[in-house]
Amino acid sequence: MQPAILKRLLDERAEKRPVALVTRIADGVQCIVTPGDMLGELVLNDAEQATIRRHLADDRSGMVEGGYFVHVHNPPLRLVLVGAVHIAQALAPMAAIAGYQVVIVDPRQAFATDERFPGVSLDDRWPDEALEALKPNRRTAVVTLTHDPKLDDPALIVALKSDAFYIGCLGSRKTHAKRLERLGEAGFGEADFTRIHGPLGLNIGAVTPAEIAISALAQITEVLRRAPESEAKAA
Amino acid sequence: MINPAEDILEQAARWRTGGKQVAVATVVSTWGSSPRPVGSQLAVDEDRRMVGSVSGGCIEGAVVHEALQVMQDGKPRLLDFGVTNEQAWEVGLACGGKVQVFVERVD
Repeated sequence: MQPAILKRLLDERAEKRPVALVTRIADGVQCIVTPGDMLGELVLNDAEQATIRRHLADDRSGMVEGGYFVHVHNPPLRLVLVGAVHIAQALAPMAAIAGYQVVIVDPRQAFATDERFPGVSLDDRWPDEALEALKPNRRTAVVTLTHDPKLDDPALIVALKSDAFYIGCLGSRKTHAKRLERLGEAGFGEADFTRIHGPLGLNIGAVTPAEIAISALAQITEVLRRAPESEAKAA
Repeated sequence: MINPAEDILEQAARWRTGGKQVAVATVVSTWGSSPRPVGSQLAVDEDRRMVGSVSGGCIEGAVVHEALQVMQDGKPRLLDFGVTNEQAWEVGLACGGKVQVFVERVD
């Protein structure tokens, strides 16, 4: 691996931009492919570049035709938690271990303190404003934890308009039904509702905040990793 | 921090900047129940310091051995590990999976 290739790879990653390293296995000659350009000794034609960029979009590393290995380096997964509550105190560090960059959104100063969340990025803007700035994408999960429609709903409205791969809401079935009613009044429909996981998490009988965090993280993982067809099989 | 590739390549770059010979091994394909997914990496320096992994520990020794050769001659190698391999009893995967590992020098 040439110094220029390694440097560009590390730079792109530090800037949290998607980048692929392509290696011709036969001789180790390489190039860097980003959504916009290409750099390195290895020269790929348009069709090959398109294949690489598809792998980048799908977050899928592997061998491709021509004897190339595509190593996809996508920006880290993100988890946006709305509500700096007790469950967030357990979920934030667990998600960090699982590879997520965690942001906690809560405008209530008493909750979102560095003391309660050491080392976690805290955002004290109103949830709609914060979510709009954070721009959830295909590698972002959004979980609302406040139980307060004033805080949860504005976040949900922005999340539903985004490509967030997972949206989850803490609350009982009754709370969730009321939430969907309100979202319906706000103009959302059945297709949007199916994107929302509520009540939050896998049903493992979780009781304590830490256990609820485990069930939520397990469900987020399931949605991230399980291909749609196997989900259909399981249903 | 248990975080993936990030620290591995950054560590490789740091070792290199510090004047050490360095090689990086990457899982490029897997069959069956291999322990680490495609893209998993292990960086090694000339003093056999390691960061990352390409298996559950079953083949790291053999990979490090090859990595030291790669540091010497600069020629990248594709290594095959699995139960059908003639080295099965030495460095086969206990889980019965197969894995291909590409080893290259960091220049």
